[in-house]
Amino acid sequence: MTAPMQPSAPRRVRVGARPVLERGLMVSRRSWLVVLSGFFEPLFYLLAMGYGLGGLVGEVTGAQGRPISYAAYIAPALLATSAMNGAVFDSTWNVFFKLRFARLYEAMLQTALGPVDVALGEILMALMRGLLYAMGFMAVAASLGLVTSWWALGMIPVALLIAFGFAALGMAATSYAKSFQQMDIVGFAVLPMFLFSSTLYPVEVFPEVVQWVVKALPLWHGIELMRQLAVGAVSWASAGHTAYFLAMSALGIWLTARRLRALFLR
Amino acid sequence: MPSDPIIRAQGLTKTYGEVHAVAGISFDIAAGESFGLLGPNGAGKSTTMRMIGGTLGRSGGHLAVAGLDPEVEGSTVRAHLGVVPQQDNLDEELSVRDNLYIYGRYFGLPRSYLRAKIPELLDFAQLSEKSSAKVDRLSGGMKRRLTIARALINEPRILLLDEPTTGLDPQARHTLWDKLFRLKEVGVTLVVTTHFMDEAEQLCDRLIVIDQGRIKAEGTPRGLIAEHSTREVVEVRFGADRNAQVEPRLRDLAERVEVLPDRLLLYTEDGEAVLEQIAAAGLHPVTSLVRRSSLEDVFLRLTGRSLVD
Repeated sequence: MTAPMQPSAPRRVRVGARPVLERGLMVSRRSWLVVLSGFFEPLFYLLAMGYGLGGLVGEVTGAQGRPISYAAYIAPALLATSAMNGAVFDSTWNVFFKLRFARLYEAMLQTALGPVDVALGEILMALMRGLLYAMGFMAVAASLGLVTSWWALGMIPVALLIAFGFAALGMAATSYAKSFQQMDIVGFAVLPMFLFSSTLYPVEVFPEVVQWVVKALPLWHGIELMRQLAVGAVSWASAGHTAYFLAMSALGIWLTARRLRALFLR
Repeated sequence: MPSDPIIRAQGLTKTYGEVHAVAGISFDIAAGESFGLLGPNGAGKSTTMRMIGGTLGRSGGHLAVAGLDPEVEGSTVRAHLGVVPQQDNLDEELSVRDNLYIYGRYFGLPRSYLRAKIPELLDFAQLSEKSSAKVDRLSGGMKRRLTIARALINEPRILLLDEPTTGLDPQARHTLWDKLFRLKEVGVTLVVTTHFMDEAEQLCDRLIVIDQGRIKAEGTPRGLIAEHSTREVVEVRFGADRNAQVEPRLRDLAERVEVLPDRLLLYTEDGEAVLEQIAAAGLHPVTSLVRRSSLEDVFLRLTGRSLVD
């Protein structure tokens, strides 16, 4: 049956991240229901907070300095948050399971795949989900009249960038986790970030020290960037927020590849 | 050896802190050979396998797999190996067929090649009827066969098998051995670790006996038995407390006597004759058995310990 190859010098092999992505798509075809639920979550927030709470709040000042509806104020923030949530879930709990129990990465790294291929493939897979959520949410937000600028089209790639940053860093952090208890820290990090990163009200309500803390955290940068795009108030600050996520993504991939190498290719 | 060895290890060492998991071992494996690493748990077999497989760095020595250093050219070496790890790491979220498909993709193999290759491997592993089943529905033996089929997806010249039949029932083991024989027939180099003597005797052309990270002996199964043991072994049991007590009276009947916790082993060229002499001496063992020497006896001789504790 299997004919042995001629004993010639083996050729060099570079596979890349594509097969890792392909595997992710094969598996996610079987779990479309989970994917669908992630789309409704920000939508429910938008309806409950934007229109429910928004009725009490009235109008607030938007990124351009002009008054906008409360729903229009929180919609970009919810998009940023949903990009974060999708990416964090995929890159922490899912990765933890594959790392510690399914021994998936061990199997992958005994093939021609390298650690960077695996890290990049898994992170890109988390992005695909983020892309679906972002497009669905944008369609709804636009149909409700909550976006007022063509710049808003940029919110989809920015959702991807936010997801990339969180997925990369989330996977890196997960590679250090050894138990389920340690994984609970993920929820502990994500929920306060959602509550305090100016998602539902401006960051200026806090004392200055707290403001600096919030502004150091990634979600705030994502939300600011989204708000600026939603009304077309793009500036050098937007470039700064983008740079924050580019750096976060690069750091995450580098750390993840390093950890996978340490765990499986010592 | 007719040509350059396909795997060559010289003074191979792996150290974890103060512990020498592999303490300087050297061996050559010829292309097409079936080579065994025999030793108890913790002897350094799996560590050696992982160093060959390019998933573990070494602490010292030289290692060449198909002429390449697995530590420097890891992914290239891995691309030309088939690996059957000690614990199955199949993709539980995918079907049997998809496991083979995606694993082939991890080697960068084109879809057209895989379409033709997968039915062939399913047939080889006797899993054609299970091709759509999820992996978690398979029995232990089926999973093992799938893992071997998976390892063959890239038509490797070298197949690394770490404890291939541990945990399988006798029938599943024989099925698996048959599969491995067929691979050997078409020229695949097999490197097998095992702590089963019968497996080493069945599968290996040549083997090294490893204990505590060092090579204790090297040779063919038959050669090792001839060199380190006698043709036959008499096993007698007198009951736990009497075994050691009786030993001085048996010492002269055989070339060598080993006292194990539950039995005495008498090494001799003629087992039946020894058994008669035991009876003539007025000793009546509870049970007695004459068998041929095995690698287990070689191991006992070389290390003073039994292979499976």
